[in-house]
Parts: sequence; C-alpha cells; structure tokens
Amino acid sequence: MPNTLYDKIWNDHLVDLQDDGTALLFVDRHLVHEVTSPQAFEGLRNSNRKVRHPNLTLAVADHNVPTTDRSKGISDKESKIQVETLEANCKEFGIKLFGMNDKRQGIVHVTGPEQGFTQPGTVIVCGDSHTATHGAFGSLAFGIGTSEVEHVLATQTLVQKKAKNFRVNVNGKLPLGVTSKDVILQIIGKIGTAGGTGCVIEYAGDLIRSLSVEQRMTICNMTIEGGARAGLIAPDEKIFKYLKDRPMSPKDKDWDKAVEYWKSLKTDEGAKFDKEIDLQAEEILPMITWGTSPQDVITIDEKVPNPQNEKDEDRKNSLERSLNYMGLKPNMAAKDIKIDKVFIGSCTNGRIEDLREAAKILKDKKIAAHVHAMVVPGSGLVKEQAEQEGLDKIFVNSGFEWREPGCSMCLAMNADKLKPQERCASTSNRNFEGRQGRGGRTHLVSPGMAAAAAISGNLDDVRKYQN
Amino acid sequence: MQKFNTLKSIPAYLPIVNIDTDMIIPKQFLKTIKRTGLGKNLFFEMRYDDQGKEIGDFILNQNPFNNSKILIAGKNFGCGSSREHAPWALLDFGITCVISSSFADIFYSNCFKNGILPIVLEEEKIKELSEYANRKEEISVDLNENKIVYGNNEIKFDVDKFKKKCLLEGLDDIALSLKKSEKIENFEKDLKNQKPWIFND
Repeated sequence: MPNTLYDKIWNDHLVDLQDDGTALLFVDRHLVHEVTSPQAFEGLRNSNRKVRHPNLTLAVADHNVPTTDRSKGISDKESKIQVETLEANCKEFGIKLFGMNDKRQGIVHVTGPEQGFTQPGTVIVCGDSHTATHGAFGSLAFGIGTSEVEHVLATQTLVQKKAKNFRVNVNGKLPLGVTSKDVILQIIGKIGTAGGTGCVIEYAGDLIRSLSVEQRMTICNMTIEGGARAGLIAPDEKIFKYLKDRPMSPKDKDWDKAVEYWKSLKTDEGAKFDKEIDLQAEEILPMITWGTSPQDVITIDEKVPNPQNEKDEDRKNSLERSLNYMGLKPNMAAKDIKIDKVFIGSCTNGRIEDLREAAKILKDKKIAAHVHAMVVPGSGLVKEQAEQEGLDKIFVNSGFEWREPGCSMCLAMNADKLKPQERCASTSNRNFEGRQGRGGRTHLVSPGMAAAAAISGNLDDVRKYQN
Repeated sequence: MQKFNTLKSIPAYLPIVNIDTDMIIPKQFLKTIKRTGLGKNLFFEMRYDDQGKEIGDFILNQNPFNNSKILIAGKNFGCGSSREHAPWALLDFGITCVISSSFADIFYSNCFKNGILPIVLEEEKIKELSEYANRKEEISVDLNENKIVYGNNEIKFDVDKFKKKCLLEGLDDIALSLKKSEKIENFEKDLKNQKPWIFND
C-alpha cells in the first residue's frame, strides 16, 4: 500500500501498538527549555527515575533570557530561578546544555537545526508548540506538554494516536516581495486556526521544493497556528547539504548510510490523504494579520473587515471583540494602521536569511521617528554570522536596536514587551490578546514587511521598498 | 493523578471562540517551577483589571460560578502554546471538566494527564447546556457511562477508551509505559543496527 511521508516515519517508530490504536512511539530527539521542563524533572526525582537517553536530549534556555547585556546575569528573580533550575537539572541528569553565555545558545528551534541535532526521518519532540519547525527536515516534530516531557525523559517514548494525513500543495512562483511567511499566513487564513486539528500536514508542490531550508522552517513553524501539531516537508539535497558537517550530524560512514535512508523519505505515488488543498503561489501577496487570531489575515492592499457584514452571530461577536482589542475601525485600510514598535526575531523569523531580508529593505534608510524597533537574532551563531556580514550595522544605522538572542518579545516572558495599547509589527507567530504584553496589539508580518513598517511608521507594502 | 469518576456542578459558560492558552494563563505565570498555585491567575487578563481588582462582569468572578467545576466554552478551546500550565491553572481553580465543540490537540491531551475531562459536543448541545449555566442549575457528568445528565435529559459523549481508563483509575502512564521496557529495549537494539547515527555515540 502506498504510504505518506508521515505514515512512513510513524511506522518506523512504533515500539508497541495496542488494539485500540494507542501507540508507543520512539522519540529520537528531545529538546528541552527552561519553561516547560522544571516540573518534569521534579517528577522524575519524586519517583526516582532517570533520564533514559541523555544523549538524545539537548537543552537550551531561551524564553526567559535577557536580550540586553548579560554580563550581570538575569535581574528578574523568577526568570533567574527558572534558568538556574534548568542548569541544575541538566547537570544532575547528565544532559547537554547550551548555557546563557554559550554562543550556541539560542531559541531551541533555531539551535536544534543549527547543530545538526534535527535530522530527517526522526521523531522530535519538545515542550513547545513550535517544535513543528523541525518538520522542514522531513522529521515528525511536534510540541508536547510537561507530563509528556517527563514521559519522554523517563522512557524515550510517547503514547500517541495516529493523526490524519493532510496535504497542502503550493505550486508556482511567488511574486516579488512575497515570502514563505506570507505563504503560511495565507494557508492559515484559508484553513482557519482549527483547520488542521487532528492532522499532520505535509507541504508539497514545486513552490515548497523551491524554498530554502530556512524558508521551509518558517512554514512548518506556524503549522500549529493552523491547528495541526506537526507539519513536514520531504527532505531533499538542500536539506542534506545544510546538515553536512554540522556538529551533531552523522559522520563518515554513518553519513552515507543516513543520506541513503533520508532519500527514501517521501510520500509514495497514490498515497491517500484525508484532506488536501491547493494554493497557487502567484496569487499570494504580502500579508498582515489585523486581529487577535493568526487566521485573521488580509493582504496589505485590503481593508480591515466589517462585523456588520457577518451573518454568523458567533463570528460577528468574535470580529467585534478583536477589533475592539486591536483598537481598529471596520473598513480601515491596512496601510493606515500606525505602529509604535517593530520586532524582528523569534523561532519563525529569527534566522540569518530573515535578517538578510529585513536588512536589504533597511539599507541606507532610517526608521520613522516615532517607531521603536529591535532585532533579536535567533541564536548566538545567527548573531555572529549577521555581524560578519555587517547586517548589524545596517540595522543600527537605520535606528534598530541589535540585541542578544532569545525568544524575547514573541511571548514577552523577559523584559521585552509591549505596553498597553502599543502596536507592533512583528515577525513572530501569535497575535493573541496580551501575547506581547498586556493590552499590546500585534500584527504578524514577514521580516521584509516589518522593515517596511519600521520605515513608514505604519503597516506598509514591502514592494514599495524593493530595489 | 486524581481520579475522575462523576462530577456534579453548576457549569460556567464562557461563550468565546478560540480561547488560547495565553488567555487561560498568561506568560508571566509560566516562570513557576511548580504545578500548583496557578488557580488565582486563571484567565488573569479577563479576570482582573490593571489594579489587580476582580472584574465583576467576568463569569468566574461571580457567585456561584466562582465555584464551578465545569466550564463550557466556545470552539477550538486551548489553542496556541503547549503550556501545561493551562490545565494546571484550571485544576487549581477547581475546574475538572471542560465542554466545547472542539479542542486544540495538545491542550486536549494535556487535560488527561491531569485528571481533567475534556468533552466534545455539537454546538447545538452546547447551547442547550449553556442554558443550565444561565439558570444556575447543576448538571452532572458520568465518565463511567460516558454521559452528561441535565434536568431530565442526557447526552452521550465519546472518549478514547485508554484515556478513559487512565482517568477513571488515576493511572501514571509513565509506569504503564515502563512496563513495556523490554519492547523499548528491543526497539533500541534494532535502531542501533539500522540507524547507528541516531545515538550520537
């Protein structure tokens, strides 16, 4: 029977299958961060259990770390305790950790691929919903809760039921100024935030194949915003080239053997999908979100919706609630939305290509006087690379702040946050109420669009600034 | 884990769709290293004003809903972040059953690890049940029988058999999986042969 890529990875990891379909799945790679792990380690201690495979586990502190000068440590007491708890737990259980001052430190979903810890055909989990990012390598990667983190630490397995197969095909070529961020926003707008619930999404089509590894990560990263726990893309030469000679990639003879296996990782002709949609790349335009759910998308040329046009009562109430929170008027043009802050970074768009894309727009330009803007590289290595290329200077000269790596204002657990009613053009992944700070208003955009918004002082069309 | 068997309570009705886990428990409370004590911060931003005073309009600030054990909410409940702090906060507040027409996957599975029963019902049934919240009348949930009893009516609901067993018996699923240690070891042996690069040694 022809199988999907997801079927293949699933079948390859079955340790046990009960009659009712409940499976015990082997986990090849476990990423750990400071926020969702302390209670899991505490659970292990309370029941006298050990970590089954410390070698298959990699830890890094990212959510709580300051993005300003770190020489004096973390000033917030609770954040400090959480980061120190991670350090102590990793020491006690023998887990490799990239500490706050290690240049390999970064957002867990940037660090994993960078180190070659992320590999095709593996099952990768992390107590973080954006684990879907790693699916870009053709791995089955998904977020789990803390009880499941504990389960993986103790058993290197996870109790799961098989999800449905959902394929999203994107074909054609993207117009100038349109990026993979716009593609995923468009997909979420189309399927809705619950459209992928109970599914694993495979992204396919010639547009997807034409994307770079990092662009693929942006798409897979936001799969969870469409409700699917995992999103994946069949690995190809671009992936193998990316992984070659990374510190944790297979070496020597193992490399050849691994590549041979990785090449088999694709959906068979005629495999059955429970759901399938098609998008044409030429029809995708630069997108923004106007509301408080990632499905609230419009193109930069469009207007904010009018609840009066909605017949469905629930939908109407929800639109009104969002508009009210966002401080927007119905039918307002996207380009008339004035912004206060710009955030470039996060596990969605904090990689070197993202920074290059924004820097290209910002070169020799100044940001609007009323805008406060910052770049937070996804990892110490991204930061180093950007500095070697002189991108930091472009950002700083245009008026951006150049920060230390971490999750930062994507979720505002550290000091980087919006004040009530402040409005931000953000390259992150969630525009939920209060996500970037209580009362803060988030518009999700691509790095180029964030740069354009910073220059104009309002949401604007990146194509205006393309050379 | 606390067992879940039957439950009787006046339900609280929160008719908002796409309630995300940031709404259930905002990030500033994720800095804890404990599972307990989060109940006071449940739905923090909707529940308290800028001065930290309770907002009277919010359902869980009103008597008798401040003692509700059952929450009825709009579709796609628990979307967003995987934070298990969301079910921990619900549990600490006293809510051990959430009823919605759909749940986000990670939240749904997190509930079962914490003795909370998430129930999926059709929107129409949700509206019927919400009337009981409006009238401040009790409804009861019986997991053994897979049913909700309200007035003289009852609705059946579906729940995965294995998950049901774990809830009813309060089972520790790590202990259950460790009973399969031999199978895990065999799998690992095969893996070492077939994909030696996985183990990083």
